[in-house]
Amino acid sequence: MDLWERLGSWPVLRQLTGEDRTGRAAAVKSARSASLTARTATADRVVKSVCPYCAVGCAQNVYVDDEKVVQIEGDPDSPVSRGRLCPKGAASLQLTTGSGRVHTVLHRPPYAREWREIDLDTAMDMVADRVIATRRRTWEWESDGRRTARTMGIAALGGATLDNEENYLIKKLLTALGVVQIENQARVCHSSTVVGLGTSFGRGGATTFMQDLQHSDCVIIEGSNFAEAHPVGFQWVMEAKARGAVVIHVDPRFTRTSALADLHVPIRAGTDVAFLGAIINHVLANELYFREYVAHYTNAATIVGEDYRDTEDLDGLFSGFNPETRHYDVETWQYEGMSVVAAAGERDEEYDRRTGGGSSVRSAGRSEMHGGAGMPMRGTPLRDETMRHPRCVLQILKRHYARYTPEMVERVCGIPRDLFAEVCRHLTENSGPERTASFVYAVGWTQHSDGSQFIRAASILQLLLGNIGRPGGGIQALRGHASIQGSSDIPTLFNLLPGYIPMPHAHQHETLDEFVQADSPQKGYWAQMRAYTVSLLKAWWGPSARPDNDFRFDYLPRLTGSHSTYDTVMAQLDGTCKGYLLLGENPAVGSANAKMQRLAMANLDWLVVRDFRLIESATWWKDGPETETGELRTEDVATEVFFFPAAAHTEKDGSFTNTNRLVQWHHQAVGPPGDARSDLWFMYHLGRIIREKLAGSADPMDAPILDLTWDYPTEGRIAEPVAEAVLAEINGWNADGEPLSGYTELKDDGSTSCGCWIYCGVYADGVNQAARRRSAEEQDWIAAEWAWAWPANRRLLYNRASARPDGRPWSERKRLVWWDEDAGKWTGHDVPDFEPGKRPDYRPPEDAIGVEALAGTDPFIMQADGKGWLFAPAGVIDGPLPTHYEPQDSPVPNALYGRQRNPARMVYPHEHNRYHPSAGEPGASVYPYVVTTYRLTEQFTAGGMSRNTPYLAELQPEMFCEVSPELAAERGLEHGGWATIITARNAIEARVLVTQRMAPLRADGRVVHMIGLPFHWGPNGLSAGDAANELSSIILDPNSHIQEVKALSADIRPGRRPRGPALPELVRAYRRRAGITERTGTEV
Amino acid sequence: MDDTDELGTGGLGTGGARRRSHGPLEDPATAGGYGDHPRRVGFFTDTSVCIGCKACEVACKEWNAIPDDGLAFTGMSYDNTVGLGANTWRHVAFVEQPRRLGRQQAGLVTMDVPAETAAQARAREPRSLGMPAPGPPDGQVGTARDMDFRWLMASDVCKHCTEAACLDVCPTGSLFRTEFGTVVVQEDICNGCGYCVPACPYGVLGKRENDGRIWKCTLCYDRLGVGQEPACAKSCPTDSIQFGELDELRERASRRLGQLREAGVGSARLYGHDPRDGVGGTGAFFLLLDEPEVYGLPPDPVVTTRDLPSMWRHVAVAATALLAGVAAVAAWKERV
Ligand code: SF4
Ligand code: SF4
Repeated sequence: MDLWERLGSWPVLRQLTGEDRTGRAAAVKSARSASLTARTATADRVVKSVCPYCAVGCAQNVYVDDEKVVQIEGDPDSPVSRGRLCPKGAASLQLTTGSGRVHTVLHRPPYAREWREIDLDTAMDMVADRVIATRRRTWEWESDGRRTARTMGIAALGGATLDNEENYLIKKLLTALGVVQIENQARVCHSSTVVGLGTSFGRGGATTFMQDLQHSDCVIIEGSNFAEAHPVGFQWVMEAKARGAVVIHVDPRFTRTSALADLHVPIRAGTDVAFLGAIINHVLANELYFREYVAHYTNAATIVGEDYRDTEDLDGLFSGFNPETRHYDVETWQYEGMSVVAAAGERDEEYDRRTGGGSSVRSAGRSEMHGGAGMPMRGTPLRDETMRHPRCVLQILKRHYARYTPEMVERVCGIPRDLFAEVCRHLTENSGPERTASFVYAVGWTQHSDGSQFIRAASILQLLLGNIGRPGGGIQALRGHASIQGSSDIPTLFNLLPGYIPMPHAHQHETLDEFVQADSPQKGYWAQMRAYTVSLLKAWWGPSARPDNDFRFDYLPRLTGSHSTYDTVMAQLDGTCKGYLLLGENPAVGSANAKMQRLAMANLDWLVVRDFRLIESATWWKDGPETETGELRTEDVATEVFFFPAAAHTEKDGSFTNTNRLVQWHHQAVGPPGDARSDLWFMYHLGRIIREKLAGSADPMDAPILDLTWDYPTEGRIAEPVAEAVLAEINGWNADGEPLSGYTELKDDGSTSCGCWIYCGVYADGVNQAARRRSAEEQDWIAAEWAWAWPANRRLLYNRASARPDGRPWSERKRLVWWDEDAGKWTGHDVPDFEPGKRPDYRPPEDAIGVEALAGTDPFIMQADGKGWLFAPAGVIDGPLPTHYEPQDSPVPNALYGRQRNPARMVYPHEHNRYHPSAGEPGASVYPYVVTTYRLTEQFTAGGMSRNTPYLAELQPEMFCEVSPELAAERGLEHGGWATIITARNAIEARVLVTQRMAPLRADGRVVHMIGLPFHWGPNGLSAGDAANELSSIILDPNSHIQEVKALSADIRPGRRPRGPALPELVRAYRRRAGITERTGTEV
Repeated sequence: MDDTDELGTGGLGTGGARRRSHGPLEDPATAGGYGDHPRRVGFFTDTSVCIGCKACEVACKEWNAIPDDGLAFTGMSYDNTVGLGANTWRHVAFVEQPRRLGRQQAGLVTMDVPAETAAQARAREPRSLGMPAPGPPDGQVGTARDMDFRWLMASDVCKHCTEAACLDVCPTGSLFRTEFGTVVVQEDICNGCGYCVPACPYGVLGKRENDGRIWKCTLCYDRLGVGQEPACAKSCPTDSIQFGELDELRERASRRLGQLREAGVGSARLYGHDPRDGVGGTGAFFLLLDEPEVYGLPPDPVVTTRDLPSMWRHVAVAATALLAGVAAVAAWKERV
């Protein structure tokens, strides 16, 4: 700047020479202000990405300058998020570039007191050695004379925060190694969704997509705090509201969602089946259902076999219950004239007998295969189109729900009758040909000991009202991790293979044909299961998979019961499971009974933790709650621990599948810092090293790993595997190596290869369809050219039902997909979820199989009968119809039946997993209050991605509990002070937030107080606190193996919790006072 | 423009006094000497659709690299950042009220607490939730029957006043009016004297402890310059924060007010939209669902420098002393 410039920029001078005579504007603009520009404008490049937190899947623009990420903000082109981000998404810059991350590999030798740094290659080599050794030591060819070909010595947990491609490699490598205990957050969050929606409609994903909520005339949000947990998705509710929709929030707490709703209905936690059942009763009794829809599109007219007995007949039990095994034989629930060949969740009696019949040994969770497919059924069911036959589903439904009256709702749920009537009125007035209503839920429904049935209840209601497959209708499942849908589709789950093909059982399936025979139905799209399975085996074992060796079907390790993450904890405690890989999951905070999670890890030989920072699951051996109480001594803990820093979403290519099945690609912006690596890198190189070490082995147990296709191209300095090559394998190719364009092209003769049949088409024409980003502004509201949704890029599932049986739209207002007679095909705004050329008047010939067997009026094409299931003859192993049971630990008796709890729930008695007496049992008053756990907008799951991110941590800095003024008065709790909350498992402390948003309820003549607990905290990080999951128990839904953390009983008292050994002593004293034994709460 | 443009035509030393004796000042940028400038922009924050997510707080911090504000649990509903200040330029207030919102039904019926317990509770010191709203819970135990309830959330920010006291008092010219009509602290000029802090009728400005300077919302001046909207408005999931040209925003706001009134939300009102108010109207104005005090906003803000014409004299003195210099420069300019 020369003298003149300097003089000329002198404010006073400018003030006098310019127009700004006041000297407070143009005249005083400083040099910096004058030269100011936005780093978003000067960045070298903008990289397209997706938010790594929840499953709304907001699009992000990542700005890179000088090879550094300088800003992350919303991408306005996205039809889902329209450029907006919630505080978590907005904090992505700090998450990925802030100081909260660890950049080096750490190793803790057995018994050591501290970490030591080691180099990445050495650590990889050590882990490979551990895997090989443990596998060899624990290899099991057989279990009770049946081939298992597996190791129970190794387990993995995590995947919902990772890319689809990473999940694919985890599942592929570990399965080839014979590991069956592969699980992720989907188990503890939304496994019930897959069961509930899958059995009802045929696919286990949300039936609609968020943008479609804007067309709804009534939105009922229940079991979800939508605005809080999925803020950017909530804009579509606000959009609906602006267009005149009624928004209803049914929730124990008055939350940020309630604040924006027209009607908030407080409900006692865990009683939603009673509430929904009563609406079903209201709809049936007053003939308010959508008759034509119900008659044609559901199984209302189908006749159920003679031997079926309802809970009406058996006081809360269905026919077929065996109290010894706590298991239902589903034989009597079948349709007349049709049989279920292999019932979902079929338990092997023999297996139970052989293993001693422990009550924890249960089904292998087969219900979840219906996330991608209907139930395997044979034959043609009898129907009475008048729906008057006493054994037809509609009549059974009427009888089953007759006792779910408004009076019962008042007694059970604590909802006044007039409030209930209002919900019924809004819902039914806004359903029908001209109007549609939608339900939105999340883990408030899934996480119960009968969680799958909560979702079933909503499914029944929405089918009765004709709200499925139609714009503005549907059931919206809100999932909470960036790719938790993807990690269910390409499952890092023990009971599934990609695309919801079930993992084979040791004792059920010997050959591929028997396996297919047993599990696939003859009708509907699932009839092609052999093609899907063979193509998967080809993807994994390539040229070595041939027809003469059953395509290497016997390379798949076999299940012998439930190997869910909670069973793995038990296996770790009893010493069977010795090695554990934690891949972006923090069970020491996020899983039920956090203390058991840590004690189980303390019993391992080795533990690998991959994360951004030192989460609680990585450090429990040195500074965990048990080292504080003296229950663990660091120098006694033999577990060897490896910590590998993980790459952030901005540092790798890959795809996330959002909550509406939308597969969205995110591009790498920069390389990962230090030793941080993607999980794609970790799995690929781990596999490579193991294969190198085993090369030349003639041991048959090494054949699956040596024959595995594992030659992914790598690039760059760190030899990162090319993620798109993995996506191409997931999509699949034909014999000539050309990419397939859809799953209808799959063959069962080995000529096609496909890593996940429902994702077939995501790489059609060799183009990464998931990376498509045509701006929402250039498309209609469906935005079919933004990314790619499974199946076949459809956004609204079962959309054939948006038209009448004759193919015309139900109404102009609710038009979506219809039959175009001139063109001879289905057409409309969305991709029709139907065979394009199948006429509405098509009727299948008698002997038809596969898709041909479905009529032109069967919209649920994955179901064996093409119908939406009001009654589930199979697939939900604790009952064909949702029935209200109290939560495991409940201070209220079951007013509806003589059964207090779900008789088929899975109990895990253990000295650290004691249950409470329930209402009516002695000692129940020791734990008189109801605890419910939940998320906050400002934090994320177990805190690994938020508690160390200052911009988020400062917004909700401490663990707190929410209580009503009444409860505060009753227990002398002081606002802003501390409270101690106690269960039979543990006790925690929390700051007290007294608020009228937590209204006590009157249920069954008593006042029920609730305690709200966010579950994000743990002892590590900037923002630390006790974990709510110290209080919860391992008690599982028998279908999904999900834990019950939304409703449990507890006591609360003022003040901080004791420290040291006094803490477990307090817990024991409570147990003694309540008279708790190992049998408490385990009764059928 | 007659009664708004007087600063540009008025003489030195009189503008300050004159501008308040006339009606609203609609175009502060022109008044500030920006000849051909963009239209005045601002925020319309519609609190009726705010979900209290605080994306605005975080987006603001990310963009402006503002330090965190300390980790302290306040017990003030879900508000843990307490208020605007040097390290919080967007702040979301949470107000829990036993009161009905339009036709909304909260369904929260309070319970009978056993007389004994209630008496016990009443005997204890009533403890405020710390919120500006009425209704500490203790006092209500067992008394508020059939309670209606609402939870108000509102994102507060610098108002970018038409007549900004902070500007008036800033002796260094750090605070200045931009060509967009917004008010910005220039970090390279500010010396941390702090005169502006008490001058602001809204208490927006704050001094950052470790660097001694004054910081506040810039309405993302750097982003405006390249045609991008402010970070907070861009992130807001429900469009509670709307950015745009002020005229257009005001129209939008009055339409929205009409809608809400129709929907039975009689308590809805606009705040800061009126050019005739004590600060000449604000560049960031709000749709509130209750009295401003409830949100911690002054009910009738008045520019604190209304009676401070003396500063204009200082300007005049400085100007006179420099006249020669100006002439010289002008001559030099002609030569170039
Ligand atoms: S956390 Fe969810 S809602 Fe928030 S920005 Fe990320 S994807 Fe969107
Ligand atoms: S103004 Fe918008 S971004 Fe800020 S808290 Fe409200 S909804 Fe969230």
